[in-house]
Amino acid sequence: MLEFFVEPLKYAFMLRALAGALMVGVVCAVVGTYVVLRGMAFFGDALAHSILPGVAVGYLIGGGAREPLFWGALIAALISAVGIGAISRGTKIREDTAIGIIFAGMFALGIALISTVRNYSVDLSHFLFGDVLSVSASDLWLVAIFGGIIILMVFVFYKEFLVLSFDPILAITLRLPSRPLDYLLMLLIAISVVVSLQTVGVALMVAMLITPAASAYLLTRRLPVMMLLSAVFAVLSGLIGLYLSYYLNIASGAAIVLSATVIFGLVWIGQAARKMR
Amino acid sequence: MRKNKNQSNYMVHRYSPHEKETPALLISDLCYRYNGSYALDHLNFVINLGERVAVVGPNGAGKSTLFKVIAGVIKPSEGVVSVYGHEPSGHICIAYVPQRNQVNWNFPVTVADVVMMGRIGKMGPLRWPRHKDWEIVHQALREVGMYALANSGINELSGGQQQRVFIARALAQEAELILMDEHLTGLDQTPQEDLFTILDALRLRKVTVMVALHDLKTAAERFDRVIILNRRLVGLGTAEQVLTPAHLKEAYGGHLRLVPTIEGVLVVEDTCCDEGEHNHA
Repeated sequence: MLEFFVEPLKYAFMLRALAGALMVGVVCAVVGTYVVLRGMAFFGDALAHSILPGVAVGYLIGGGAREPLFWGALIAALISAVGIGAISRGTKIREDTAIGIIFAGMFALGIALISTVRNYSVDLSHFLFGDVLSVSASDLWLVAIFGGIIILMVFVFYKEFLVLSFDPILAITLRLPSRPLDYLLMLLIAISVVVSLQTVGVALMVAMLITPAASAYLLTRRLPVMMLLSAVFAVLSGLIGLYLSYYLNIASGAAIVLSATVIFGLVWIGQAARKMR
Repeated sequence: MRKNKNQSNYMVHRYSPHEKETPALLISDLCYRYNGSYALDHLNFVINLGERVAVVGPNGAGKSTLFKVIAGVIKPSEGVVSVYGHEPSGHICIAYVPQRNQVNWNFPVTVADVVMMGRIGKMGPLRWPRHKDWEIVHQALREVGMYALANSGINELSGGQQQRVFIARALAQEAELILMDEHLTGLDQTPQEDLFTILDALRLRKVTVMVALHDLKTAAERFDRVIILNRRLVGLGTAEQVLTPAHLKEAYGGHLRLVPTIEGVLVVEDTCCDEGEHNHA
């Protein structure tokens, strides 16, 4: 039995993958509570897809090195977030339409850029679905540093984000700097998406943001507890997913997301059963 | 520089002490234009310290818009709003109590959490609630009779309890001008009575209260003065002065039936409902 758990950990790449998946899971789960509470799931999904051109440029310039991918993704995410804000505030176009325009446009640009290289489909699928098993030590450092900053920011601005999410009008009457705080939250979501790129890829990213947080939301009436439970579910999904991936030889990102989805299903059924009694 | 207690700790450069001898609220030539037409059309009025004023008018009359302009949530297109002698953005002593259907009651917070939100303007950034903040929150909850439910989730509350939580939040905010937007709509008689008991206590402390409501009978019986609004100011005064057939006809037009009774009192039927009012914020 013990052998079952220990065996995969003999490999350095599995240890790195585990560290990466757990860190990313916790960061996304904590930021994700606000994504769920503020109804920003579509924004999160769009942001994940819109980093693709940044990744592509980083890839074309860096020729496979990891850091250019990271910075390219971050710049693309920021451009997209600012673009969505500018269109929805500056015109009569609604925010969901603005998100759709930017999301599809950026994603198409990313595909176009990647299609210029020869082994196009292999590279594209790598970015779309991630590959946590190939995480390097320097990747882990980037995740640790940026993930740490994100968690710190969520902690430092806890009461401000709480008021802004629950009652934006109160935030204005109390003279909180609502606009900068909104942008800060978007920035935190964008950075979370970028650091998660390696784990699940852009296509499944939104699950990391919303699924553990949604499971936690069903179970608690307190925000700090929701953040904690969300992180716990993310860690569980990461662990279960990686072992599934190792033993069943299925794609790691998909396995992690499926685990998170099954946890949500169990929580949901448990809640429904409790209500029936 | 000594900090004024009505100043937000988020914007230290704004210094807005309450001027003595100024009215609680002064509105002068106030206009708010929306899509080319006037949502508020050249309003002029003064509300005195500690007064309790009802704001009535049909749907779309601009009641919510007026409250949001006073609270500083939206900026007026023209004119002046002066709260205790200063523009709204200088104060955190204004509490806006939202319509109950505009609050997400499934948000994962407790009753005490919601009331504590009223404190954060005073706390300022990079601070956690201190002992004194918790004392103020508990005191506010006691005043509205909700202390026993401090740790309940807000999803477990009845309509009357929901309303009292938001009043407790205004108290914790140390608000001196409370704007309640349609907060009575859909409440039974008993919770309404409870509310007016709380408002009576506030009056003793010179807290000024404005309530937007639909029920003209409540407006006539329970308030010092009544404002009839229909984009323009149709009337402002005591109930006897302003709730006249002419004013009501002007404000409500065909949406109202006036029925004379034996004593000559008018029974007024307001045919409106909850929806309608624009949301600009």
